[in-house]
This record gives sequence, structure tokens and C-alpha cells, in this order.
Amino acid sequence: MADEVKKQICGTGACTECSRRKFAKLGVGSIAIAGAGSTVFGYAFLSPNVLYEPSPIVDAGKPDRYPPDSVTPDTQSGLYIVHGPEGIYTLSAVCTHLGCLTAWKPELGIIACPCHGSKFHTDGVKIEGPAPRPLPWLKTWLSDDGKLLIDRSEPLEQKQFVRI
Amino acid sequence: MAKLLDEFAELRNSRVWRSMFRGGTGDSNLRRSLTVQQNVFLHLASVKIRRRALEVGVTWYLGTLSLGCFLILVVTGILLMLYYHPSVPQAYADMKDLQFVVSAGVFLRNLHRWSAHAMVLLVFAHMFKVFYRGAYRPPREFNWVIGVVLLMVTLFLSYTGYLLPWDQLAFWAITVGSNILSAVPLLGAKLRFLILGGHTVNANALLRFYVLHCVILPLIAVVFLAVHFWRIRKDGGLHTGLHIGEKTDG
Repeated sequence: MADEVKKQICGTGACTECSRRKFAKLGVGSIAIAGAGSTVFGYAFLSPNVLYEPSPIVDAGKPDRYPPDSVTPDTQSGLYIVHGPEGIYTLSAVCTHLGCLTAWKPELGIIACPCHGSKFHTDGVKIEGPAPRPLPWLKTWLSDDGKLLIDRSEPLEQKQFVRI
Repeated sequence: MAKLLDEFAELRNSRVWRSMFRGGTGDSNLRRSLTVQQNVFLHLASVKIRRRALEVGVTWYLGTLSLGCFLILVVTGILLMLYYHPSVPQAYADMKDLQFVVSAGVFLRNLHRWSAHAMVLLVFAHMFKVFYRGAYRPPREFNWVIGVVLLMVTLFLSYTGYLLPWDQLAFWAITVGSNILSAVPLLGAKLRFLILGGHTVNANALLRFYVLHCVILPLIAVVFLAVHFWRIRKDGGLHTGLHIGEKTDG
């Protein structure tokens, strides 16, 4: 009786093994395809397409707001506008160690990080602490209407000054 | 009193009671075993245990105390969720309201916070106790691995909960933590972007950490806790000391 049923289902009595293998292949294959699809879909879903984050380009106003030999912190934008002897430049205020916001210490004339104690000169060079790199310089230029603009997205490879 | 007991016995023999608890009254070892085996919650535990396993010195009850903390955290956490919006900057105001406006809010928040600290401490203590008593040895080696997973889940729960008050400490702790993540080779920056839902710790990050803290990680914890307890039974009960035939090397 059982053999007859098997024959009816499979056609021949010898195909139990191969149909099981076929079934397993089909099953594993479809699970693998579904898994790959879910991974792609999940990655796409978890990466936001629109970000409501502030623009990387900061309008720092007229350059005469920054007198010679001064360091002006902008904690909101996370940067320092420094007017040194060679001109105006901008340093990122984000510590290169683990991303804390550093603080300008006017009484010491240095930049210090409150999280893990890194210290920097006003040209970004590290004095001490766990920070692996100096504070990066940010691209700074004058707009057509004479305002200082700063791009926070890409650190500069070489030092650049805005001379007035 | 006798009448009350009679009534209780009658209740336990009633059709409704018997439909829920098929094992019946615990008047024999068989019935008692059936009661444990046929209950979805109790069947994670053994029907019988060694008397020595109940002594304080064997475990210091550290695992049970960790579970107790977890249960307190679930109850207080669900209650806190009723007054908390995971949005910027409302989250901080809600946290302050819980402290100063909501009745018993400060009690619940502190209970949640201290239980969280206690759970991390107890889970570590549990791990050390298991290690120094040699309870990680075969046949319990896989339950040790599950325990390590539970330690990780505990730490991630603690970490994700840290952001939710949305104060300075929270913001900078998550900034530092997510920058540590970006040190992962090749994938680091991408992983940080996915976990934060952006380039900075912001509204998306708060919402993602909220969902992780309140839904995903507790679910993972419950599943692994169930396996962890069930494995105690399957691996021969609590380790009460070395027995003849057990491996002693190492």
C-alpha cells in the first residue's frame, strides 16, 4: 500500500532520495536568496536617504569680527576661528581622539579636551594626551559679499590662510 | 481553617482548575514532576535539585539576583515608557518631569537606574563565581557561552539606556562610544552611520537607541535567558562541586 502511494507521488519507487535532495536544495537556495535580499533591503532601509542635519558650510560673518591675535570658539558649529600673524584660519574643535568637543583655555593659551585630557596649540598641533592626530584645519574662504565661509566636511591637507 | 483547606482542595479538583493545571494535586512525586514538566514556565527548571544546590555558598544566588534585577528593570522600564517621548529635545524635559512632576516618577527612575547598575555588577560577579568554582567546565561549557552573550546584551542594554536622558553626559558618552565603533576596520564608519542613523548623535540616534533599548535587546535577552535556565537542567543541574567521573583538568 505504502509503496503504491510512493509510486503514485514520485512516479518511480527509487526517487525518494533524489526528491528529498531536490527539496533541500530548493529550500536552502530560496532561504539564501531571501537572506541576501533581506540583507540588501535591511541595509538600504537602515541608511537614511534624507538627513536633517546642519549644513557642513558655516557662515561666520564679516572677518572684522575676528581681531588679530584672537581665538574665537563657535561651540554650536564645533570650530575655532583663529586670527594669527599670517591671517585667519579655522580649526575643527572636535577632538581627534573620540570626537568630544574641545574647549579654548584663554588663560593658558591652549585648546584642551574635557573628556580624556588631550591638549593642542592654536595651530592644532598636539601638546599631549591620547589624541592620535592634530586638530584638522578646515577650508575657509571669503564669499562674494565679503563673508567668511567655512566647510566642515573635508579637512585641509595644507595650511591655508585668509588674508585681509 | 480546615474548611478553607477543603474548599481549596475542591477548587483544585474543579474542572476549570484541571483544564489549566493537568498535573493535579502534588500528592505524589509523579504528580509533582508532572506539574513542573507540563508548565511552560516551570519546565525550564529541573523537577528535582540537589539540596546542596540551594546553599548560599554554592552560588551566592548571583544568577537569581541578576534575574531579579532584570525583572525590576522590565517593570520599571515599561512604566517609564508611559511618560517618555524619544524625541529631541522633549526627551530631556520628560526625564526632568519624571523626576519633579510625575508622582513616584523619581522613585521609578532611580529604581531603574540603580537596578541597571546592580545588574551589570551582579552579572560580572556571577561570571566570576562560575569561573572560580569551575562551573564552566564540561558539560556546562555551552551555557558559559550563552552567559557571555547575556553579558554582552546586558552591557548593550546599559549603554543604549545611557543616551535616553538626552543630557550632556548621555550625548558625549554616545559620541565617544560611537567613535570607538568607527575604529572597526573597513566597516567602522558605515557601522557608526547605521547605528546613529546619521553623522552625529541626533534625533535619529535617540530613536534608534530607544528602539534597541526597549524592544530589540530585551527580546534577545529574554530568549537567551530562557535557553540559559533550560540548559542548567539539561547539563545536570547547578554545579555543586566536582563529582567522580567529571573532568578535573585545567
